[in-house]
Amino acid sequence: MFGKLSLSVIPSHDPIVMGAIGGATLAALVILALITWYRKWTYLWKEWVTSLDHKRIGIMYVILALVMLLRGLSDSILMRSQQAFAAGGSMGYLDPDHFNQIFSAHGSIMIVFMAMPFLVGLMNIVVPQQIGARDVAFPFMNSVSLWLTVAGALIVMASLGLGEFSKAGWSGYTSLTGKQFSPGVGVDYWIWAFQIAGAGSILTSINFLVTIIRMRAPGMRLMQMPMFTWTTLFTSILMVFAFPVLTAALFLLTLDRLMGMHFFTNELGGNMMMYVNLFWTWGHPEVYIVVLPAFGVFSEVVSTFSGKRLFGYKSMVYATAGITILSFTVWVHHFFTMGAGPEVNIFFGIATMLIAIPTGVKIYNWLFTMYRGRIRFATPMYWTLGFLMTFTIGGMAGVMLASPPADYVVHNSLFVIAHFHNVLIAGTLFGFFAGYSYWFPKATGFRLDEKWGKRAFWCWLTGFYLAFMPLYLLGFMGMPRRMHHYVNPAWHPWLIVAAGGTAVILMGVLFQAIQLAVSIRHRHNSRDLTGDPWDGRTLEWATSSPPPPYNFAKIPDVNDIDAFMDMKERGTAYRRPDRYDDIPMPENTACGLAIGVAAFMLGFGTVWHIWWLAVLGTLVIIAAVIVRAWNDDTGYTMPAAEVEVIENRRRELLASAAAHAGPGKGYER
Amino acid sequence: MKIKVGLLFPGLSSLCIAAFTAGCTGVVIFDPKGPVGDAERFVITAAILLMMIVVVPVFVMGFWFAWRYRASNKNAAYAPKWDSSPVIDVVIWLVPLAIVTILASLTWKETFRLDPYKPIISARQPINVQAVSLDWKWLFIYPDHDIAVVNHLVFPAGVPLSFRITSETVMTSLFIPQLGSQMYGMTGMETRLNLLAREPGVYMGQNQQFSGRWFSNMSFEAEAAGAEEFTAWVQKVRSSPVTLDMARYEELIKPGAARQVTYFSSVEPGLFKRIIERYVPATDTAHSHRHGNHAPGGR
Amino acid sequence: MRDPAAAIQTGEHAGREAASNRAFGFWIYIMSDLVLFSVLFATFAVVGGNYAGGPRGKDIFDLPYLFGETMFLLVSSTVFGLATLAAQAGRKRAVLWRLVIAFLLGLGFIAMEIGEFRGMILAGYKPERSAFLSAFFTLVGTHGVHVLLGLVWMAVMMGQVSVRGLTVPVRSRLARLGMFWHFLDIVWIGIFSTVYLMGVA
Repeated sequence: MFGKLSLSVIPSHDPIVMGAIGGATLAALVILALITWYRKWTYLWKEWVTSLDHKRIGIMYVILALVMLLRGLSDSILMRSQQAFAAGGSMGYLDPDHFNQIFSAHGSIMIVFMAMPFLVGLMNIVVPQQIGARDVAFPFMNSVSLWLTVAGALIVMASLGLGEFSKAGWSGYTSLTGKQFSPGVGVDYWIWAFQIAGAGSILTSINFLVTIIRMRAPGMRLMQMPMFTWTTLFTSILMVFAFPVLTAALFLLTLDRLMGMHFFTNELGGNMMMYVNLFWTWGHPEVYIVVLPAFGVFSEVVSTFSGKRLFGYKSMVYATAGITILSFTVWVHHFFTMGAGPEVNIFFGIATMLIAIPTGVKIYNWLFTMYRGRIRFATPMYWTLGFLMTFTIGGMAGVMLASPPADYVVHNSLFVIAHFHNVLIAGTLFGFFAGYSYWFPKATGFRLDEKWGKRAFWCWLTGFYLAFMPLYLLGFMGMPRRMHHYVNPAWHPWLIVAAGGTAVILMGVLFQAIQLAVSIRHRHNSRDLTGDPWDGRTLEWATSSPPPPYNFAKIPDVNDIDAFMDMKERGTAYRRPDRYDDIPMPENTACGLAIGVAAFMLGFGTVWHIWWLAVLGTLVIIAAVIVRAWNDDTGYTMPAAEVEVIENRRRELLASAAAHAGPGKGYER
Repeated sequence: MKIKVGLLFPGLSSLCIAAFTAGCTGVVIFDPKGPVGDAERFVITAAILLMMIVVVPVFVMGFWFAWRYRASNKNAAYAPKWDSSPVIDVVIWLVPLAIVTILASLTWKETFRLDPYKPIISARQPINVQAVSLDWKWLFIYPDHDIAVVNHLVFPAGVPLSFRITSETVMTSLFIPQLGSQMYGMTGMETRLNLLAREPGVYMGQNQQFSGRWFSNMSFEAEAAGAEEFTAWVQKVRSSPVTLDMARYEELIKPGAARQVTYFSSVEPGLFKRIIERYVPATDTAHSHRHGNHAPGGR
Repeated sequence: MRDPAAAIQTGEHAGREAASNRAFGFWIYIMSDLVLFSVLFATFAVVGGNYAGGPRGKDIFDLPYLFGETMFLLVSSTVFGLATLAAQAGRKRAVLWRLVIAFLLGLGFIAMEIGEFRGMILAGYKPERSAFLSAFFTLVGTHGVHVLLGLVWMAVMMGQVSVRGLTVPVRSRLARLGMFWHFLDIVWIGIFSTVYLMGVA
């Protein structure tokens, strides 16, 4: 009935794990209790869970990302403290099996359940508004993507209390992840978490490709799209090509594990290097998938807060396109030391170095956007400046790693860890934080507290340097990654510094939590009445904050890259349309949630060999799709009169804001 | 607020550079003991210095522009519509291109020169070692001396050291940081690595590729000995009561965490080849001669 | 409240636009599915020669049988094309009949594939026997599962055509199913030539 699942799989002997389970369960119970206490279940169900509104879905994605950020951060604290203790003869306080699960979970979560939902969340909130659309092309599919991602995250979380997570790293190299070397359920959890979230990502990429290519406002040529939209387009292209490779690789690994096949095994003709090739065929584009949208955010932020057009717009587009194409030609640089010939290594080495060129161009374009600007130092701009300086160091390390002879000595060392955290924290994460503080007023209708935001920034920045600069050094000191304990005493002091840096980052996250709490508490004083708190340049600032369900009562006409700035300058920004029209809207549905739940059943059932559950999950998914396909009329029409009421209310807000200050002065308060 | 930034960045970066240049103990990659490591240190240094041409201006312009064009500085020029300049475009595309071209040509040369498969040119005959990674220990077979050692590597200094590497378990990577390059060990495949220790000394050797529960225990001492010491050591190993045949090997490969050193006074002939062939489907006449049939890995 | 005429008008327009967006989105999906199949083809190319002492292609493939199997799928695709033509002409009954025939032919293909697999497994040539057999069963089987899902979809469409008639959404779904069905043909031709024909050569 329950497959391999029984009470004994709960790791009740391990106080650290039980503490984590207790904490997570308690937090969940508190949240559930609060929802019940405030009688918000109906509200949550009607307005959020079943919502097809891209802005709501985007917010839910971001919330998921923030929650998973906490989980990933807890993992990093455990890892860093273990390595700070486990020097000389000491084994630290974690069992190797536990430590190995922690770093595997950290990587898996941060990439697939923090970075991905964060970027998809920002894309959802912003892109349709930036291109003057009322929604994404497929609102229902959008909801399915969300709930698939949530289901994947829940599978990771379930592994905490039931059984174990993978002990073989986030990249899951075979044959370590094969049945022979990893007989437990950990690898299966990892596979299904990735697989289900990956399916959600493919659907998302299809959705945004169609949205951006087909649903732009009249007049908006491709070469007039805001940079964030451009990077979303390129990221979607990468996703649609890269994710099926991961799906296939994990599918083959599943067959190896479940059916005893021989794709990646040591025996009977399996080839484990084939897995490594397939994984990085996805894995390398994946890092560009998460970093390109961050580049897009920086482009928006730097131009807005410099009060100036983005420098070298066309260069930016071509550079992004260049990165997109090159990112598929570099995967072998993850294993220069497998014994391929120098002619193979040098090809992939130089291809990798080439990526530095468009990336360098982008950095200089951001700098020249600041040149002769009027720079306002709000929190998003802090993140951007922190990024510009810090990311460059990571880029330098990357070019160094691209050179095969240099890689031969730092491969798999902490230098590599320092490098990719340098580009993923200072690049991707700082970008998402910049986007978070930049678009927060748009999504919620009130601003984030600047003081706590800047404090959080300084903690993150110093914490980052303290935590990762020592790792560069440790790489040069020959320390491999993923060490549970070590004998070399020279490494110890630097690992203590790195642990201290993690503590500073933790403080930064704490300040972000305080920032959110303070901002919510003071929301009535920091309301964004105009919808344009930063003197924005692109169309998302033309809507109210938060925007009405339909975004635009009348679809705007676009004549410029900075479409909204252009409208403001020509005085057409807030013009009242002659008449309002009926607007077709998608109807809420729980079908997306049902598919997410069913996907969880499929994944969880397969992990534990509870076959009836897996089959049931599959049937529910098929049934949900068929039921949905029978429903031709999945929308309703919002009558013009209702639109007019909403729009008139906004006009009152605008008028009251104008009475206090002109638009664009908002952030100074 | 900007003053803080101004202090923080140079402060931190000088801290890091100080740590590097002060030669704080144990920065082994910058303290190589052989020609391979020397050349690799050169590539690393060259890459860092060349990249400085791009990185330094970013820092300078970042601080300078941010300070100069702060909103409160009403004296600074303001050109809100200025968004392109052919001159700047050319410079920011061509300078990185030039740097990458220089670095790429340097790397090209060095990648061929430092191919780990390439024997090191020397007047001395190389010493051959067959390395097998196990769970979680290293087996080093000396085919020319008919001895084998677990978890200890001794070789004469000043003589090329020629490895053939495979694995009995998951993927591993053999690495002696102070001598240079590392190389993967993979089941059913043979990879090669050529190193040389310029001077006698005890260097740290390790598995650089995570391989499971007791991966952290896969470190060993790599001892470059004088010629006579090496001969004496070989004699010492030959006096060991234990020999290594397939049956003993089956015992040896059982997973274990101990960092124990074991000496084998003789080795069954062709053992290394047999270890590889365990994982190559023997009846595959069509493909098996091409590197154990595993196209993407090994050569 | 609602102006019914305007609502219908916007509805029609939105419907056509939605249909064309869906077709475009479906093209992108097919592209991503093609990437998935490419990986399976590449896998077959890499490990397809690793027989590990087990059977080779020429020991287990029965070309005349496979030719018959192939014909089922190709004719099914052709008949589906005829159904699409009938749908454009608005001939509901013709659409239905042709869908039924296409469905039965597809079912025949699946039945023959299951028969082929069953024979191999009974003869001891299981997917876990060698990397070659793993890659073979996975590539061919993944295509088979796609065909099976296509059949489910076709059954749903027969229901929709008979209940709803050839409305805009139904015709748009039929068009996408057509894309899917023809796509599976192309993949099958790839499988037939690289796996079977080259396997016995």
